[in-house]
Amino acid sequence: MLRFFASRLLQSLLALLVIITATFFMLRFVPGGPFTAEKAVTPEILRNLEAHYGLDKPLWHQYFDYLGSLAKGDFGPSFKYPNRTVNEILGDKLPVSIELGALSLLVALLIGLPLGILAAVRRNTWVDYWGSTLGMMGISIPTFVVGPLLVLAFAIHAGWFNASGWYTISDRVLPCLVLGIAYAAPIGRLTRGGMLEVLNQDFIRTARAKGATELRVVFKHSLRGGLLPVVSFLGPAIAGILTGSFVIETIFQIPGLGREFVNSAFNRDYTLVLGTVILYAGLIMALNLAADLAQAWMNPKVRLEG
Amino acid sequence: MPAAPSVPRVVAVLCLFALLAGCGVRETQVERGIRDQVLHRGMGPEVADLDPHLATAASDHTVLSALFEGLVAEDPKTLAPAPGVAERWTVSADHLIYTFHLRDNARWSNGDLVSARDFIESWKRVLTPTLAADNANLLYVVRGAEAYHKGHTPSFLEVGFNALDDRTLQITLERPTPYFLSLLQHWVWWPVHLPTLRQHGSIEVRGNPWARPGTLVGNGPFVLAEWRVGQRMIVKKSPTYWDAATVRLNAIHFYPMEDINAEERAFRSGQLHLTESLPVSKIDAYRTASPEMLRIDPYLATYFYRINVTRPFLNLTKVRQALSLAIDRRAIVDRILRAGQRVATAFTPPDTGGYMPPEGIVYDPAAARALLAEAGYPGGQGAPSLDLLFNTSENHRAIAEAIQEMWRRELGLEVRLSNMEGKSVLDARRTGSYEILRSAWIGDYADPMSFLGIWRSDSGNNYTGWSNATYDQLLHQAARTAQSKERHALLQKAESLLLAEAPLIPIYTYTHVFVLHPSVRGWYPTLLDHHPYKHVWLEAPGPAR
Repeated sequence: MLRFFASRLLQSLLALLVIITATFFMLRFVPGGPFTAEKAVTPEILRNLEAHYGLDKPLWHQYFDYLGSLAKGDFGPSFKYPNRTVNEILGDKLPVSIELGALSLLVALLIGLPLGILAAVRRNTWVDYWGSTLGMMGISIPTFVVGPLLVLAFAIHAGWFNASGWYTISDRVLPCLVLGIAYAAPIGRLTRGGMLEVLNQDFIRTARAKGATELRVVFKHSLRGGLLPVVSFLGPAIAGILTGSFVIETIFQIPGLGREFVNSAFNRDYTLVLGTVILYAGLIMALNLAADLAQAWMNPKVRLEG
Repeated sequence: MPAAPSVPRVVAVLCLFALLAGCGVRETQVERGIRDQVLHRGMGPEVADLDPHLATAASDHTVLSALFEGLVAEDPKTLAPAPGVAERWTVSADHLIYTFHLRDNARWSNGDLVSARDFIESWKRVLTPTLAADNANLLYVVRGAEAYHKGHTPSFLEVGFNALDDRTLQITLERPTPYFLSLLQHWVWWPVHLPTLRQHGSIEVRGNPWARPGTLVGNGPFVLAEWRVGQRMIVKKSPTYWDAATVRLNAIHFYPMEDINAEERAFRSGQLHLTESLPVSKIDAYRTASPEMLRIDPYLATYFYRINVTRPFLNLTKVRQALSLAIDRRAIVDRILRAGQRVATAFTPPDTGGYMPPEGIVYDPAAARALLAEAGYPGGQGAPSLDLLFNTSENHRAIAEAIQEMWRRELGLEVRLSNMEGKSVLDARRTGSYEILRSAWIGDYADPMSFLGIWRSDSGNNYTGWSNATYDQLLHQAARTAQSKERHALLQKAESLLLAEAPLIPIYTYTHVFVLHPSVRGWYPTLLDHHPYKHVWLEAPGPAR
């Protein structure tokens, strides 16, 4: 197990270095720069700006400078926000994205798991049909449609919530619901599929024959095996929730990292793009690693093959 | 199959919920704001910084004007120069020396007096090359400022700033500048409290985190109370402001809004008193349902196409004139934009600082065809196909498609449309790798020079490859003419020449479209979209319903 972990960690670090290098150089080959603006700054001012941010040095020099400061945990100054550092911006916005992601995931699991289990246990009844229909709807209707619809109903007409913002507990409800529903759907379907596969196996028939109650059959005997597909989905799903929150953050005006991630690319805020990319890449790798470990723990077969 | 809860029953329950919710009277943020004199406003994208010397976007003025005040303030209706920190000023007979008398009760938010020295040290900071202030060139009208900023003179004493005493300030200009007082209204001229800056870092380089809640010291009608980046900024009435008696709002809450649809939803749910903008698709709905909330104000900006005059075919003046004459601007404004925009027949918007642009371009397809034939391309025969570049946006595409069709129909020209993301377009503009380019220009201050200046040969914003010695000469002459009538005549002559040479095709003059709650008072339509907050207040609209 330890060797499995160590080799995966090493692979991840190497991949991270490749990502940093590729992002760094690709950014510089994109037309336009951080100081390209509708109203041009004079050549003298541009030179001063470039000198201040070290953009006048050769590219390889800048690259190693960046790696050097990165090793010290310094992501550098932001180009767009003259008096802020990238560390500060990430520190401000990451917690918001994590909160949004965690709550949404909770919603997704709270809706998806029971629905999936119920659908598997009550296969081919109306519970199953309704669950599948809702699941299909959740997968196929995008968040940028569901979001404004819920705002229209519950914020503008009913007046229960604010249409946008991230201040009070009640401001969390709509965005987390929208993002949660989007992920509840695949979770429900995966749970149903996984559970069905397990419920059809011989050891379940044996358990039933020995007189185990239905609850015991479901929760004690089937759940661990039935949830395997969900667990392998969760790693990428959490990463997806975190990186893909851009749409939700825009619809509800949430000051999270997703918006910064997209805007920094438009602004050519080199250091902020790199900062968000490194953060996201690190998160995704860590989560995938965690999902692999969890899977290995739940399914000895994976462990042996790994 | 077991019975599912019937659809009608579900709907009935949902309706009941909605009804119950409707009964519960929940005071909206807007209503609470009216009671407490707290203005809630959308403000477009987040401001990059609250350091007036480093702020760059026109929208930054939205917040900065609450926190700082320059020598000269703005009249709430006309934006004409009004006393600010300076209670009065005199101008020498040769229009070169301005003497400002600072009021005795102008104070910083920490209680210190605002002195003449504060201003001079602030301007010195702006002109320090290492600070790389984007707007430093707006100070170049002052004698010696350009040379100092470019490092040609090391001594700041040679720059035309002079504190005669603590309350008297003298500025010597390079040449008569009739719009100098309007220029002083730009935020780059506003003072900062240098002792505060020094406490938090260097005053000469970027990255000083002084402009934050708790540490920002300003001299405006409000002080910064909270700034949650990307979320909300709160300013509260300043007790130390010299004109605090006039200020009626207790606080202003600014909400950065990346998405104009989300902003409109927030307005409709009673979170905002006013928005920064309104989606085009919503204009008609407001026009019919609540016209009293819809505001369409004039705005000092021109939508136009740049023509790269270094390209073959486009280097022919007659071709460029033909392109301009063949555009039915009325149709574009009335059928595509539909938000009260005005047809632009010249580059400078009408009545910019009292200036009227010359009779410009009319829609005349017959004349356009004749010009194209004279240039050697009758009916577009033998003409190369043209490339029209714009930054990705639905509106730009709709306009480009209309113009593509007009040029095809009237002139027989083939036009390819291409779009790219914002900064890539700006890069194509810089390197001159375009033929025709969608552009826009927002005036920095209400004077024609703010528009005509960009077409000078030495301007960094020209980008068309066009230059004309007569044009430069006319502007040069106008810059040395103090009498506004003569000066305007010279500028009109210059603009006529510019339009006849046609390195650009003006299309329309912008409007600022937004929604405003009827409780907001003192919010006048102004060309620069400036609204001095000390003249704004909230009042419940008369008995509703």
